[in-house]
Order: sequence, then C-alpha cells, then structure tokens
Amino acid sequence: MPGPVQSIERAAAILRLLARGSGRLGVSEIAGSLGLARGTAHGILRTLHGVGFVEQDEETGKYRLGAALLHLGTSYLDVNELRSRAINWADALAARSGEAVRIGTPLDGKVLVVHHVFRPDDTLQTLDVGALLPAHATALGKVLLAYDAGAAAALHGELEPFTRRTTTVPRELARMLAEVRDMGWAAEVEEMTVGEAGVAAPIRGQGGLVVGAMGITGAVERICGPGGRPKPTLVTGVRDAARAVSRDLGASRW
Amino acid sequence: MVERYVMAVDQGTTSTRCILFDHGGRLVSVTQREHKQHFPRPGWVEHDAMEIWRNLERIAPEAVAQAGATPDQVAALGIANQRETTVLWDRHTGRPIGHAIVWQDTRTDRLVDELAAHPLADLVRERCGLPLATYFSAPRIRWMLDNRPGLRERAERGDVLFGTMESWLIWNLTGGPEGGLHVTDVTNASRTLLMNLTTLDWDDELLAFFGVPRAMLPRIRPSTETYGPARRVLPGVRIAAALGDQQAALFGQTCFAPGEAKCTYGTGAFLLLNTGNEPVRSAHGLLTTVGYQIGSEPAVYALEGSIAITGALVQWFRDGLGIIGSAPEIETLARTVDDNGGCYIVPAFSGLFTPYWRSEARGIIVGLTSYITKGHLARAVLEATGWQTREVVDAMNADSGLALKALKVDGGMTADNLLMQFISDVLNVPVIRPMAAETVSLGAAYAAGLAVGYWPDLEGLRRNWHRAAQWLPAMDPARREVEYDNWRRAVERTFDWIKPES
Repeated sequence: MPGPVQSIERAAAILRLLARGSGRLGVSEIAGSLGLARGTAHGILRTLHGVGFVEQDEETGKYRLGAALLHLGTSYLDVNELRSRAINWADALAARSGEAVRIGTPLDGKVLVVHHVFRPDDTLQTLDVGALLPAHATALGKVLLAYDAGAAAALHGELEPFTRRTTTVPRELARMLAEVRDMGWAAEVEEMTVGEAGVAAPIRGQGGLVVGAMGITGAVERICGPGGRPKPTLVTGVRDAARAVSRDLGASRW
Repeated sequence: MVERYVMAVDQGTTSTRCILFDHGGRLVSVTQREHKQHFPRPGWVEHDAMEIWRNLERIAPEAVAQAGATPDQVAALGIANQRETTVLWDRHTGRPIGHAIVWQDTRTDRLVDELAAHPLADLVRERCGLPLATYFSAPRIRWMLDNRPGLRERAERGDVLFGTMESWLIWNLTGGPEGGLHVTDVTNASRTLLMNLTTLDWDDELLAFFGVPRAMLPRIRPSTETYGPARRVLPGVRIAAALGDQQAALFGQTCFAPGEAKCTYGTGAFLLLNTGNEPVRSAHGLLTTVGYQIGSEPAVYALEGSIAITGALVQWFRDGLGIIGSAPEIETLARTVDDNGGCYIVPAFSGLFTPYWRSEARGIIVGLTSYITKGHLARAVLEATGWQTREVVDAMNADSGLALKALKVDGGMTADNLLMQFISDVLNVPVIRPMAAETVSLGAAYAAGLAVGYWPDLEGLRRNWHRAAQWLPAMDPARREVEYDNWRRAVERTFDWIKPES
C-alpha cells in the first residue's frame, strides 16, 4: 500500500489552519505557519479554491474556508425532496411506457422505494413507498450498487436467490455492475420474480453524484424484445426521464 | 396523418403558461412567462393586463414551435384563468384603464361593509350564491368607476369594457379594437356577484345594487363552445373553451358525475364538488358556483370550499421559523415521530374560512408540553391541512346530501405521502392522485377539444384519466373521533382574538 499523499496532508493542514482563529489568512502567513514554500502554498490554495473549499476576499486577497466545505456534511438529498422534484417526470414515464415506475435510494445495502407510480391501466395496485427491495436482484438496486463502491463491497458471501435467474455469486455480480457503468443503465429479467422484468437508470445530483435510481417494471413479454433483452425504446424512455430529473437536481453534465 | 394538438392557456396569478396536449391527454410542450406583481399600497395587488397579453403573444407560438408543429395543427385553444381578477379597458384603443385588480386585493373592504349594510344586501347571496366579500369582482368594478372621473359615463356608453382575464385575452385574440369578441364563460361570470345563478344571465337588480352599467359587461357564453377563430397570434385557431382555474381542475380531473370531487393543494386549497344540474344553496359556509356548461346543455353546478392556508403553513415553517430547508423536508421531519404528541396548529393567519367565516380569529399552537419536538410540530403542520379538508368535506356532505366516496387530489402537496395518507385517514375515503399533474391546463384543453370534436365525449375523456397513486384509510375510528374532537377544540381557541376597534 502506498504511503500518505503529501499534497493532501498539506491541504488538510491549510484547511485546519483556516478553521482556527479569525479564519482569514494571506498566502505568506499560511506558508510561514506551515513551513511551506510560498509557491507550494499558493498552488494548493488555488486548487482548494477551484473546488470551492476555500474562498478569497476580493479586497484583501486573504483566504477563508469556502461555502462548499461547510455544506459537505449536509449535502445528502432528502428523499422527499427527490420525490417532489421527480414526480412530474415519473408520471410522464409511466404514461409513455405504460408500466409502473419506481424511484429508489440506497438504505443499509437494500433499495428503499421512495416513489411509486401505478401502471396506467387502472387495475388494483398498492402503493409500496417505504418498501425495501434486494439490491442484487433488481434493476434499481444494480444501478445504486454500480455507482457506490462502498455498498458493492459490502455484498459478500452467497447472495440470496429469489428465482433460478438471480445472480448469487458476488464476482458475477461485480462483472454485471461494471457493465452497468459502461452502459449507463441496468436491466433485470426474472431475477426477482418469475415473469417480471425491469429497466433502471441513475439519477444524479450536483457534481454528478448518483443519489437514486429510477426505473420501470412489468411483465417480461412487454419489457423485453424477442432476444430476451429490454426493448430499446423503453431503455431510452427510462434514461431520458432519469436525465431530466438529474438536470432538475443540478447535475449539468448529464 | 399529421398529428393534431389542443392548446391550453393557463393564465395564473404569477405566470401565464401555454401547454400542448395530444389525444391521450399527454403533455407535448410547455412554455411559461411570469408577470410582475404590483403592490402599490398595503392590501393592494395589481397586474398589468397589457404585460399578460404580450406574454401570451410571445409564448403561444413558442409552445407550437417547441412541439415541432405549425398553428394549423392546433385543433382548438382553451383558457383557464385566475378567477375574479378585474380588468377594464378602452374598446377603441385596446388600452387597459389602469392596472387589473387581483383577487387577493382587499381595497374594497370599506365599500363592501357599506354595501352589506344596505337593505337589499341579502339579495346577493340569494341570486348569485356567493357571500358579499372583497374576493369577488363586482365591488372592484364599482371602486374603479367611483375613483376615476368620467369613467362611469364612458362605461355607460359602452366605450369602456369589463372582463376577467379570459375575456381580456379572448377579446385580444379575436381582433382587439378591430372586432374583438367581448365574451365571458359562465364559470367566470358566476364569480362576479352579478350573475343570476338560475338564469345564467346578468341580474338587473344586482347590477343596480352594485351600480355597474350593463353596457360594459361581456356576453355570457357556455364554458365549452367555439367562440370564434383567433385573428392574432395563432390566426385561424378556434378558441373553444374558457373556465375559471378551479373549475378547469374539476374538469381535468373528469369529475363529471354528481358527488365527484377534487381538491387542489397549493398555497391554499380548493375543494369542488359536482352537484349536478341544480345549484345547492349552502347552509355551512360553502360557495355555490357554476362547475361548467357544455354547449347548449344545462349547466353543471358545484359547491366550493376554500381553505386559505395549506402549503402556506409549510412555507411559514420553512421561511418564518427556518426549521426546514425545503418544503418536502416537512415529511422527513414529521416521520421522526409517530404522532403529534398532543400538539395542534390552527393556521388562522387571516381568520378562518369555510365553514366558520370568522375574520377575528388568529392562528394558534396548542397542547405544548416539554415533550413536544420539532417533529411533533411538523406533524401538526401537515395534520392541519388534513383536518381543514375534513371540515370542508363535512360541510359539503351536509349541504349536498351526497356522501363523498373518494377524493381526487392534485397540486404540489400531493407529493407528500404522509399527508395524503392522513387525509385518507381523517376523511375515511380513498384519496386518489391522477397521472396528469397539470389538471388545470388539462381541463381547459379537454373543454376546448370537446367543443371541436377532437375528443368525442365525456366518456372518451374519462378513458384518458389514469390513477397514479391511491391511499386507503387505515386509521382506527375511535382514534379519528378523538383527534377530530381535539382539532375542533383547538379551533375554538382561535376565536375572538382580534378585538373590534373601539
């Protein structure tokens, strides 16, 4: 294992220094306090400025902690806020695809259903907001695992089988997740319930961080084409809807 | 075959929007433009009607272009509008006479008190189904005529015209000073205090009571009828419907049968119940209004219950108290506790509306103990909307003799699952959210599409309606009774707070 990265240690020391006392220091004061060359301190400060962790006073040129740093601990997205922002797009996806729509967020290695739109055929359906779904056997879960290294690493040993087609070997799941990252969407074909399939895509928040997954589920013969793969039009619909929500949440590049 | 669409114009309090819908009632394109709110004095709220017209001129063609369509693909245009807002304009120049006076404006309060003291004041509620209040249009027309020299004479000659927003927009769309049609629809006319609810025509005695000359009033037309082709903005497109916004939502929710009701939850909430072809007079503080009229068919009436503060209480919790950072977080906070802990909030911020009508009441938080946390307060905030809905529904059931079987809901607060479940629990009926959130615009589109045969009949519209979510009652009846009793005791404690000026 490689040793500590020196420039990150120095950056941390600068932030600690700024968090003390008056909180406003010039580049020479910072370099002097930490025994750094002025050029080195300046380089680190420019980088921290670039990511918003420090700000520079326009008049005095002194540095202080940045707003982005203060929000770091509280930047999680409230699930009810996510539902509010997604509700119109989720309705439109259900209307266009003719299938039920769910939005999920990660919770203790599972998928928490935070929003559910009924399949638009007016049959009797029950709202399952608040339900927990297994991550490895659902399209929503695979999306969440694919973009969260910590959650994926937590899955080890034998994974619970729900049908003959459930992926139960962690290494096989890891290969699948790499594929999800390559494609930008996930599928699930009769891995949770026989006769049912699903497609899901990531919802990204500010900076591109994946905050949830949005997808459709329905009868396998409606979701999948003759090759047993999800129909391209449905995949496009799901991805477009997830991207639209991401844009609303401020993920500009997606 | 070339796809055809119906355009809805939603002329609201803060913005104007144009939306194109397809045959499935699905949204195809949306354009929107906000207009300025003018507050010249405390209690005064005004809009520049010319600014609103220019906004429409701009966004209507944009909506068509956004859909990749041309105006000849627009089968019809329907308007849903902010109700009761009053515009006067010069028939010859097309210029508005001053700003439009908005529904929230209370400048006519003294005039309304004077009128209420008149021996004929009882005539108002009897003829038009509404209480004499600053909320409606007639006192505003009178105020404008009284406060601008020479205006009354011009109005009597028919040189100055009155309209609510749909009249102003239709007049402009159909040519303005060059032969523009001066019409209003029955639902908007029913909010003026000047229309006879039975004859659906202007009532001479009401006109005399308010001192409004008949020559300035538009012709009252059905909500659904081809008024005429547009001659400006989208030339040739048939203007085929107009409805007040809450009536449009009733139509968009396809509440076509007596006993069907919808509630739109926004800053405040508006619950409308279809009562069929007879106006039901309320003994419980509800408004009697026209729901819609399709062509030459008999009008369909509705009872309306208005709740002043619903979403506004959540906004106050966020902005006034700073306890939450965004409105949806109220649900997260409320879910940190299992119940209200004995705490109730009655948001009588500007008095109590339906069914109490007590203007001297003010809001309270009761049941405070050291046990109460911000989580309990968040519950009490959401529950206030639930109980206020219950009080309106109780009043409706009592007045109409129809027992509500299900409540169709729309508006921003329907994203709150805890609230929707609570409403179902306290009403003891299913609460249903439709797949189309834009019920106001959809209602205007449906009405216009129906007039030109784009949709064949009401049944065809019903088939477009799909359930997106449903909440079923799950509260123990004994607990419901105890909680309702607590709520009513909390409400009683808001009474008589503002003392009469001596």
